[in-house]
Amino acid sequence: MLHFARNILLTFLIRPFVWLVLGLDVRGRSNLPTQGPAIIAANHNSHIDTLILISLFGAKTLRSVRPVAAADHFMSTPLSSWFSQRIVGIIPVRRKGRADRNVLAGCSEALERGEILLIFPEGTRGKAEEMNNFKAGIARLAQQFPEASVIPVYLQGAGRVLPRGTRFIVPFNCNAIIGKAFQWTGSKQSFMQQLKSTIETLQKDAPPVRWL
Amino acid sequence: MNIEALAASLTPLHVGILALVGLLLTGSLAALVLPRIQPGRWEDLGPRMQSWWVMCLLVIGALLAGWQAFTLVFALISFIALREFLTLAPTRREDRLVVLLVYASILISYWTIWIDNYDYFLVIVPIYVFIGTAIMMTIMGRTDGFLATIGIMHWGVIVCVFNLGHVAFLMRTPAEELGPAGPGGLVFLLIFITQFNDVAQYVWGKSFGRHQISPKISPNKTWEGAVGGFATTTVAFILLAPIFTPLTLWPSLLIGSVLAVLGFFGDITMSAIKRDLGVKDTSRLLPGHGGALDRLDSLMFTAPWYFHMLAIFAVERF
Repeated sequence: MLHFARNILLTFLIRPFVWLVLGLDVRGRSNLPTQGPAIIAANHNSHIDTLILISLFGAKTLRSVRPVAAADHFMSTPLSSWFSQRIVGIIPVRRKGRADRNVLAGCSEALERGEILLIFPEGTRGKAEEMNNFKAGIARLAQQFPEASVIPVYLQGAGRVLPRGTRFIVPFNCNAIIGKAFQWTGSKQSFMQQLKSTIETLQKDAPPVRWL
Repeated sequence: MNIEALAASLTPLHVGILALVGLLLTGSLAALVLPRIQPGRWEDLGPRMQSWWVMCLLVIGALLAGWQAFTLVFALISFIALREFLTLAPTRREDRLVVLLVYASILISYWTIWIDNYDYFLVIVPIYVFIGTAIMMTIMGRTDGFLATIGIMHWGVIVCVFNLGHVAFLMRTPAEELGPAGPGGLVFLLIFITQFNDVAQYVWGKSFGRHQISPKISPNKTWEGAVGGFATTTVAFILLAPIFTPLTLWPSLLIGSVLAVLGFFGDITMSAIKRDLGVKDTSRLLPGHGGALDRLDSLMFTAPWYFHMLAIFAVERF
């Protein structure tokens, strides 16, 4: 990854954008990890979500932050592939590949290296400002790395700023609410239950959204 | 330069700013001392004062830098207020482009201030943005919630862009029409007295408040707070007007007293809107205060009044 270019983008593009266009309000910032291995799990409505999560980190921690992203979407052209991997630092996941364990191999390697993964367990942006079911891949990673902390985050607003299938960015205030870290709970079912219910609890702290 | 020469070179605006900084220092000192004397009662004073410092330094800096910087800063303030308003108010999925147009009206409206064209300023938002949003919404073609949504767009753009824009346009008052305080002095007095009015009503209400004035909208507002605040603000305005404006006594009495009442209504209007939307604060932008709208609500009502009364009694330009 090109760390210098990443920091330039963070300071001169992402931070000003998040302040001016998203008016981002962050709660629970102290719950963020300063070192890996860790998994940040957030609900997903927009490409903007990744920008919001990246903006939460300082330059030092950002070195080890890796968004997990769909290969079919971000690796479609050589240019976007280069940008996604070298600048954004994504770990590509083949969503449409066969359902074998290798799909998440890149994620496991990153956690092995002590990095911080940004994962959207819904697996897709879905409809604006609605939460879909969580996919269980994150539970496999947590099981594999029981020492990794899992940090639930509720994101609000980006689905209005840039919903799926639109091209214009429209400013709206966004919220990021960061919950307390937890670890592998012992079973896939209880882990997924805890993750989902924590994010839904965080959602209750967010201001109401009227998106009719 | 010796002290006397320095003192002689200070304009009333400088003196006002120094006095304001003195007030802020007193407030910050109180925020340090009071929580130790009475623990638990003054906890929010510290963050509140910090936010005051940020807001005051921003406005003071813009006032000293001249009308160009002031116009840009107020365009930014309008944008932040409008973003807050459109985030809270209900909008429809189809209206994203309309919302973008409403944001664009900030650029157009502040451009009219930049080129000093008051006629354009008067018609752009109330007439052409009004028509433009309606046209855009009919093109989007969704009918359910049409009237409610278009009402929200218009309300937001009037209070956040048109009404607040008057503050920036006041900075374009020709200096030769004014005394040594200049246009900066006019604006300083408007912003200061509006915020002073909020604080005065709060303090009177906290100290003597008994009878609720509007229990459904804002249980904290009392008759004692409102009347005490009105009187204090009117007296303060009459005393300060000769320093910062060319206004004489009787116009000052009229402007100051009505301004105090308008500030009150701006405040409870935003309270009614917040209650309608089910929120306590419009955002958490300003720790201890709430959102930008929570701080600007009174100014949205007082600015046009002050502007028009100056135009009638003291300023030929408008």
